[in-house]
Amino acid sequence: MFDKVLIANRGEIACRIIRTARRLSIGTVAVYSTIDAAAPHVGLADEAFCIGPAPATDSYLQGERIIEAALAAGAQAIHPGYGFLAENADFAEACVRRGLIFIGPPASAIRSMGSKIESKRLMEGAGVPLVPGYHGRGQSDTELAAAAEAIGYPILVKASAGGGGKGMRVVHSTAALSPALAGARREAKAAFSDDSLLLERYLDHPRHVEIQVFADSYGDAVSLFERDCSIQRRHQKVIEEAPAPDLPDEVRGAMAKAAVAAAKAVGYVGAGTVEFLYQDGSFHFIEMNTRLQVEHPVTEMITGLDLVEWQFLVAAGRPLPLRQEQISRRGHAMEVRIYAEDPGRDFLPTTGRIVHLRPPAEEPHLRIDSGIAEGGEVSPYYDPMLAKLIVWGEDRGSAIRRLRRALGRYELAGLATNLRFLSAIADHPAFAAFQVDTGFITRHQDDLVPRPGTVPGDVLAFAAVVLLLERERAAGQVAARSADPYSPWYRANGWRMNEDNHQTFRFAAGDMVYPVTVHFGAEGWAVDLPDGQLTVRGTRCEGRTVTAELDGSRKTASVVVSGFDLTILLAGGSWRLTLDDPSARAAGQDVGGGTLCAPMTGTVVQVLVEPGQAVESGQPLVAVEAMKMEHVVAAPAAGTVTEIYFRVGEQVADGVDLVGFEPAETRP
Amino acid sequence: MTVIKTAVNPHSEGFRRNAEAMQALVDDLRSVVATVKEGGGPAANQRHLARGKLLPRERIRRLLDVGSPFLELSQLAAWGMYTKDVNCAGIITGIGSVAGRECMIVANDGTVKGGSYYPMTVKKHLRAQEIATENNLPCIYLVESGGANLPNQDEVFPDRDHFGRIFYNQARMSAQGIPQISVVHGSCTAGGAYIPAMSDESVIVRGQGTIFLAGPPLVKAATGEVVTAEELGGADVHCRISGVTDHYAQDDGHALAIARRIVANLNRKKPISLDTAAPEEPLYDPRELYGIIPVDPRKPYDMREIIARLVDGSRLDEFKRDYGTTLVCGFARLWGYPVGIVANNGILFSESAQKGAHFVELCSQRGIPLIFLQNITGFMVGKKYEAGGIAKDGAKMVTAVACAKVPKFTLIIGGSFGAGNYGMCGRAYQPRFLWMWPTARVSVMGGEQAANVLAQVKRDGLAAKGEAWSVDEEEAFKAPIRQQYETQGHPYYAGARLWDDGLIDPVDTRTILALGISASLNAPIEPTRFGVFRM
Repeated sequence: MFDKVLIANRGEIACRIIRTARRLSIGTVAVYSTIDAAAPHVGLADEAFCIGPAPATDSYLQGERIIEAALAAGAQAIHPGYGFLAENADFAEACVRRGLIFIGPPASAIRSMGSKIESKRLMEGAGVPLVPGYHGRGQSDTELAAAAEAIGYPILVKASAGGGGKGMRVVHSTAALSPALAGARREAKAAFSDDSLLLERYLDHPRHVEIQVFADSYGDAVSLFERDCSIQRRHQKVIEEAPAPDLPDEVRGAMAKAAVAAAKAVGYVGAGTVEFLYQDGSFHFIEMNTRLQVEHPVTEMITGLDLVEWQFLVAAGRPLPLRQEQISRRGHAMEVRIYAEDPGRDFLPTTGRIVHLRPPAEEPHLRIDSGIAEGGEVSPYYDPMLAKLIVWGEDRGSAIRRLRRALGRYELAGLATNLRFLSAIADHPAFAAFQVDTGFITRHQDDLVPRPGTVPGDVLAFAAVVLLLERERAAGQVAARSADPYSPWYRANGWRMNEDNHQTFRFAAGDMVYPVTVHFGAEGWAVDLPDGQLTVRGTRCEGRTVTAELDGSRKTASVVVSGFDLTILLAGGSWRLTLDDPSARAAGQDVGGGTLCAPMTGTVVQVLVEPGQAVESGQPLVAVEAMKMEHVVAAPAAGTVTEIYFRVGEQVADGVDLVGFEPAETRP
Repeated sequence: MTVIKTAVNPHSEGFRRNAEAMQALVDDLRSVVATVKEGGGPAANQRHLARGKLLPRERIRRLLDVGSPFLELSQLAAWGMYTKDVNCAGIITGIGSVAGRECMIVANDGTVKGGSYYPMTVKKHLRAQEIATENNLPCIYLVESGGANLPNQDEVFPDRDHFGRIFYNQARMSAQGIPQISVVHGSCTAGGAYIPAMSDESVIVRGQGTIFLAGPPLVKAATGEVVTAEELGGADVHCRISGVTDHYAQDDGHALAIARRIVANLNRKKPISLDTAAPEEPLYDPRELYGIIPVDPRKPYDMREIIARLVDGSRLDEFKRDYGTTLVCGFARLWGYPVGIVANNGILFSESAQKGAHFVELCSQRGIPLIFLQNITGFMVGKKYEAGGIAKDGAKMVTAVACAKVPKFTLIIGGSFGAGNYGMCGRAYQPRFLWMWPTARVSVMGGEQAANVLAQVKRDGLAAKGEAWSVDEEEAFKAPIRQQYETQGHPYYAGARLWDDGLIDPVDTRTILALGISASLNAPIEPTRFGVFRM
């Protein structure tokens, strides 16, 4: 076994690999880019090497530098994780060349499986079923019709040279074939100057089922059962589970057999995944992933095995620890992937600082593979996956219950994530009933993607409560520093003489602004919300945990306040609000008037903007030289330059307007 | 310390009747305050808002720390006077916390007669400045005023305590190191221009605030120059060219945020010399104060029942408990502050007056703030008492009270008549604050006494001429006198004329006293030198 391995990766997978290495007393070496210097994987490893700047091409994809680091650290092997260099045959070869063990399959297997055509040819030879199709030279309508008949309808017509859906058509019957072929040929000709077509069986409701295989360097290979990864969005897996529900045992067996055959056919070593499409009782090979998959923990949860440990063992030249018949599974496991992306904005990746991270506590049946930490920055440079939440239950129902509960308790603030989207899937009746195929998310999009706007009243009430408690806290601090620490002036209960007081806050979320008015009262606060009134009592704040009784019902939220921004995490949801207080903001930024004129008599030496240009507060507009000094006239606020009254070289008198300026509209 | 035992039974019939009567008085007070709070009324307020301005009470809210108490002063100023609609005398004054420091806020209400200064407006403004001076409180003026009310110029302009005194005070306070800050929200014309000009720092709102000695009409009349108000004295002029103002604000909210920033930079600390402790609630519910004052003002009650509902833990250590028993004197804590309490428990005799003078000396010596709880018909009269020297004993108490430099706070709970008003630190004795309960009555003597005295004089005159005076005639003579005293002795009448700093709900008394004491501690407590006590 190795004494020391280098992990050529970052994020959750690097952390996860380090975890097993530690258990096995294997020394760990991390690599990191400059912006990852404080990342969790760096802290977890025994030693760490900086391998370059943020962009992956300059760091995590710099195979040579990584190998140098491994050699310098005295590591014997490199674990590539997934992504980055995991399926890079050249890197695998380079490792071997430099006397390092690449923890993964031989370069030849990576190459074979990396080529779509080559892999399909190999699989066909090994008796692994492909999607039935016709790739023949005969292109006449008759020949194609016969082929279609043989494949069986519905069929997919595609351009042979093609890609990007050009010329692609779904045909459901013989009658519709001829016009479809004509149309497809026209498009193919136009797009690729080649009108030859191919036919494939069209799968309209396939599931994605994959088999985890493991092979050693002695030619032995086993299957570790299947995983169903049908919950996908644009080919990105979102939820994976094992075993695959609603799969006949004979199919399960045949699939596993085919997968082991596939691994053997390419002389595979280590962990690999053979992916299939499954529909109506038959399955078809898609591709083989020659790495440890993101979703490997579900397999670990049902088998009780540690696949990274197996990888180390096999790479170190040991035989597979178990024979096929010794491998068994129990219960049901699920994994969800938490991404830094905004489902409300078409799943655009999000970035920012994680200001609050409070995942549920790990339990025997709840596992969290995470690569993030509170205070960490999510940059645009890498995959937006932040963490994985993996649950196990005796059956699928209990696994779903555990998943829902865990998702509801996972608190992350600072940037938008898909947490609510994941909860919506976990809560969806079609998911519970396993009415699932790869079209699930598209089909239920409206149920799953949270509609923008409408922040619930409870959340707004909490936002106001937090600001008031924060105010009380601040007043308490001032009081503590004061020589008059018990002064009633430090109270924040809004006392007024012979009348009641109130305070209005305006919170912005998206394009909406929500006014919230708190009426201070002896018996608590009456809070006016856009959709009614709430009575708030018994407010308490400990750290970020805020408890309040809203209309007699006790609720707890986590709230993160940074400047004017608030993130409220309540009942599994997360809302970002901004305190809309343009005046306070403006005063903080010191918007001054009367600064758009020449500070003294002098010469215009630079004009840095154009009429009509939108400018930020503080942006330099014009430079004037006077008394041998250059004076820059800057925008007093965000706004638009309407006119420029002078050109470079012109003399300006003291106090003369230099530019016309229209400040951006501030909300009253 | 000694806990006051209560004899009040909140379930008794008498208590219930008293409480109902007090509730009715408080309800009426709140409804009056609700009316005056409306300023110039809904139409004027709407016009004001439509110009993008904030109403003065909202300006104050934005200026103060979120949730800060606001100890408003003289809410009833000008109530029932002039055209009967000069609500709050067109100016809102009070103490509030800005950036953690107690400040005096003086805010013109532009919706009330354009914020112009009536005689009571001037008086209220000056009273606010007086409080600021005595208690060393930074002043923030939220200015929006057309200046003096011209029809009333004789009562606004010429005298010592008229309009000009405002600027005199600004200069003197600034000299004492009491910051003067102005926010120009609207017009500051003529004399009004001096408020920002006399300030240490001033803020002006663009397109809204203007400052000039003479407005466009006057300029046109005088020199023929045609100019807009904005060109004459807008934010651009004063921030860029004239330097009359220091900070340029985009709108009211921005201006107030700048004012907060200015206060945050003042570098002030409260010089506390008191031995403060953590506050403790009274043992007895302050809401029971409603049921203690008898509906019939002639019925006596034990003032200790009131004290028990104001002070920490209802504890009072009495001084000379068994001597001069019609005056209760004692040490207590209120909101953790040590206080000396002087409370009437009947008519003042020589012994009570001497005891009071002694106690005031003690508190002055020790630097302990004094609270006077008034319910006093006066000093005892009659041959025996005059011969006993009640005049010189009363004079001792008046001397002690007048000279005491510790912060003094007066609360008029019931009657405040004659020389009793003097000895118990009435308005003339310059308590830092003077508040009244709705049951208060202030006059030279009680209405009934006055009617009797005047009737006696008249009857004697008639008798000398040998004329008869029937009971009916006498009653017809006395009724209007009683009526006059009732009207003029009423707290609304007093509040309208600023004989006090506020008419308060008894339940709030403890809070208000505490706010007042704490605010007073911004000024160091000076040592007292007493005048000659006639022995």
